[in-house]
Amino acid sequence: MGKQFLDLLQRHGYDFFTGVPCSLLEGVTRILDAEPRYGYVSAVREDAALGLAAGAYLGGRQPVVLMQNSGLGVSVNAIVSLHHIYDIPALIVVSWRGQDGQDAPEHLIMGRVTAPFLRLLEIPFEVFDAAAIDQQLESLTATMRRTGRPVALVVPKGALDR
Amino acid sequence: MTRADAVAQVAAALRDDALVVACNGMIGRELYTRADAPTRFYMIGSMGLASSIGLGVALVQPSRTVVVFDGDGNVLMNLGGLANVAAARPGNFHHVVFDNAAHGSTGNQRTISDRVQLEEIARAAGYRRTSRVGDAEELAVALRSWFDAPGPSMLLVAVDRQQVAGISRVEPSPAAIAARFRAACTR
Repeated sequence: MGKQFLDLLQRHGYDFFTGVPCSLLEGVTRILDAEPRYGYVSAVREDAALGLAAGAYLGGRQPVVLMQNSGLGVSVNAIVSLHHIYDIPALIVVSWRGQDGQDAPEHLIMGRVTAPFLRLLEIPFEVFDAAAIDQQLESLTATMRRTGRPVALVVPKGALDR
Repeated sequence: MTRADAVAQVAAALRDDALVVACNGMIGRELYTRADAPTRFYMIGSMGLASSIGLGVALVQPSRTVVVFDGDGNVLMNLGGLANVAAARPGNFHHVVFDNAAHGSTGNQRTISDRVQLEEIARAAGYRRTSRVGDAEELAVALRSWFDAPGPSMLLVAVDRQQVAGISRVEPSPAAIAARFRAACTR
């Protein structure tokens, strides 16, 4: 699924990839790590990834930022005081550790608040649905282009692990 | 050497098509007041991220010279950003750090860069060239050829804490700054 997903992202116009890995996104990051043609930048932290993505956008690209939902916490200031106010669009592909309260202790609270947290930060999002992912990307990308601001695709366990 | 004069001196040494990402606080405001141009991006929030933004620009515009105007407080807040720069090793990336060991725009509270040499951290991380200058003459000597040699480089400019009068806020809206800068990057 990772390769199909990357192909879809490229078809929807995304051409810069950065982020911090998550086991739930391993199917994607394994390819990004292995194939230099994607130019994937492994960022030291999620807010640095958003900074890199902002620079890539300003330089003419359309970025994707991959991260675990734990990374949303350190991303807040980059999202609200960089991307939002400068109208810098990006697709944030964020894994959903701790969904349904079934995970390691450090993921439970962020798992519970991931959706309300995204709403609080005014980030439109969809929850990955393999049967509808093409339409989901179409819709998210249209929203992102209209608003000029980040949107998110929330990825549950099992969607992009391999 | 005042920071405002140092900022203007570095800006004057750049070619017209060089792209500049300036950190938040007084450094961006001084660059805006002294040497505004469409090729400048003024980061007004997201403290620490100027180097990451500059790296993103440098990676996707490899034929353009990208210069990050940064401060000691900003660099300290995102030391990992130096590692990202060093690992990517973009030859067109130059980092100029105006270091007064203080947070200028919040009232000159001390940082810790009087005890931590930022250019040595950059060197250890893997920046190709680093140097420290302490007055206008040393800066002038360094600037004769600094941006002609490959990066990533860090030029640390030790400046004093004096706030210069007549420095305005960055006036255009953030969205207008971004649109203008993106056009300058992609033309």
